[in-house]
Amino acid sequence: MHRLRSFLTVLGIVFGVASVIAMLAVGEGASHEAQEQIRRLGSNNIILRSLKPPEEQKTASQRSFVVEYGLTYEDVERVKATIPGVTVVVPARIMRDYVWRNDRRVDCEILGTVPWYPAMHSARLRAGRYFSTSELEGSVNVAVLDSSMAAQLFPIDSPLAGSVRIGSAYYRVIGIMEPEATVSSAAGSEEGAASANDAAKAAACRMYIPLTTAKNRFGETLIKRRSGSMEAERVELHQATVKVHRQEDVIEVAAIIADLLDSNHKKKDYELVVPLELLRQAERTKRIFNIVLGSIAAISLLVGGIGIMNIMLATVTERTREIGIRRALGAKRRDIVVQFLIETVILSSSGGVIGVALGIAVPFAVTRFAHMVTIITPWSPAIAFSISAFVGTVFGIYPALRAARMDPVEALRHE
Amino acid sequence: MQDAPIIRLRDVTKTYLMGTVMVHALRSVTIEFHRGEYVSIMGPSGCGKSTLLNLLGCLDRPTSGTYELGGRDLARLDDDLLSEIRGARLGFIFQSYNLIAQLTVVENIMVPLYYQGLPERESLTVASRLAERVGLTERLNHRPTELSGGQQQRVAIARALANDPLVILADEPTGNLDSTSGKEILDVFDDLHRQGKTLITVTHDESIAARTMRVVRLSDGEVVSDVWN
Repeated sequence: MHRLRSFLTVLGIVFGVASVIAMLAVGEGASHEAQEQIRRLGSNNIILRSLKPPEEQKTASQRSFVVEYGLTYEDVERVKATIPGVTVVVPARIMRDYVWRNDRRVDCEILGTVPWYPAMHSARLRAGRYFSTSELEGSVNVAVLDSSMAAQLFPIDSPLAGSVRIGSAYYRVIGIMEPEATVSSAAGSEEGAASANDAAKAAACRMYIPLTTAKNRFGETLIKRRSGSMEAERVELHQATVKVHRQEDVIEVAAIIADLLDSNHKKKDYELVVPLELLRQAERTKRIFNIVLGSIAAISLLVGGIGIMNIMLATVTERTREIGIRRALGAKRRDIVVQFLIETVILSSSGGVIGVALGIAVPFAVTRFAHMVTIITPWSPAIAFSISAFVGTVFGIYPALRAARMDPVEALRHE
Repeated sequence: MQDAPIIRLRDVTKTYLMGTVMVHALRSVTIEFHRGEYVSIMGPSGCGKSTLLNLLGCLDRPTSGTYELGGRDLARLDDDLLSEIRGARLGFIFQSYNLIAQLTVVENIMVPLYYQGLPERESLTVASRLAERVGLTERLNHRPTELSGGQQQRVAIARALANDPLVILADEPTGNLDSTSGKEILDVFDDLHRQGKTLITVTHDESIAARTMRVVRLSDGEVVSDVWN
């Protein structure tokens, strides 16, 4: 009977402790993933992207017409020239097409850019090399494939020195890249906590060619066929990445660039993505989450503590006779206080231990079955456990004092 | 016996409020007890004998008057000191044994030693020896519920002897026992008396009082007779 009652009493503490640890782990995992994604975009980077203006997205009529929008080479030069504290600006054009190798084909994103793109975007080469400045200047037909694309098109032999075909043009493969984070995957997954793998898959396959080659081969006008109508887009640059020297300046520079583009563009056909701001936002979100979490935990521990106090008061009443006997045998008031306080602390600490065990087990289960990343910080079990011991102490004091203050003569007469 | 008394009560009064009524449990009691005496305190119910025993046992304080135990005036001592003295110099035996059910025989005997700060190993040795003295060596690790009334009372006696007290106070020690067990307990008391222990026992049984050395009778809070057998 005693054991069951003790167990039920500490359930409040068990759940309080377990839920804090487990929820913190899940939250920490999610925020870590999100922040990693964002960080991979570059905390010192400002990413400018061309946006198709909303009004022109509605193509009601059957006519074909050319839509011109987005970042221009002029914009890039202007940014380079007028804004101090800005290093490399990496422009890029993005197209989608089928890439062939013999009779295999892959639907992929083709990124035309400059040789310093990987450095800016923390993208890593797995094999071979990236194209060079001279190849950029010469508009050479070389290509760097990302790893998943390479695997699909070159299942058996090495991709390096092989070639792929887009349309009628052949490109020599000179390197293979690790998959990298893209703006869409990172920005959108703040709460999604998608793993790195998912992000890479979402980006589809990617192929990198020199910007000049892309301009020559693909031109700046893309023609899309939609049911009944034909639509052409002319975009000079789809994306440009600006790296700011000092992180403190990022927000300010972003504002300057926004102004600059605003004054040179008739419509809002661009957007600025500032990973640093996203990061800060993610941190703010996490902080709020932790505060909410902390409040829930505090409430449940409070409830657990009250439960313990309740039971200990009952216990003290039940053991009135015993208290009287002990006092008759020489126990001082403080001996009685210590006796009952220790019992209470042991009770709440056992609840704490069980709670910690449960709190650690749950994230493991979540990671295993829901495939979400969870991170158990080393301090959360330690703090949660000490709080459980503390709760026991605080809520055990009153019952212990009541026990000690009993009149021995009365107590001996009890029951 | 010309040496100083172990217990000296002078003009001790105890009054308390019961609801709105003032109860005079003890009225100006003056009495002395010396080392080695075997005393019984008798009287009708309500005469104040329980109150007297509680006072002697330092479980309660007199409303007025002085109480000297072992030559020491206990009047102005605080609760902590009183508890220490109680534990060190007095031993209690109750009518309903008052053993702690969750503890074994030997652990029960060890309780007073624990409160005097004795380390566990020594305490265990002393307690085992005492259990032997009252004939309970085979039951050291039993719980009180596994013992007969007489055996439980013997544990209580061993416990009362734990700190080698000045005085042993017994409140109707055979009240809950049958005549055989009761006689056994009284034999143990005789033994203790022979060994020089001081025993004060409250009883309503004349035959028990007959076995003691001195009979103090109370009535309505006053000592009405104090006779040596």
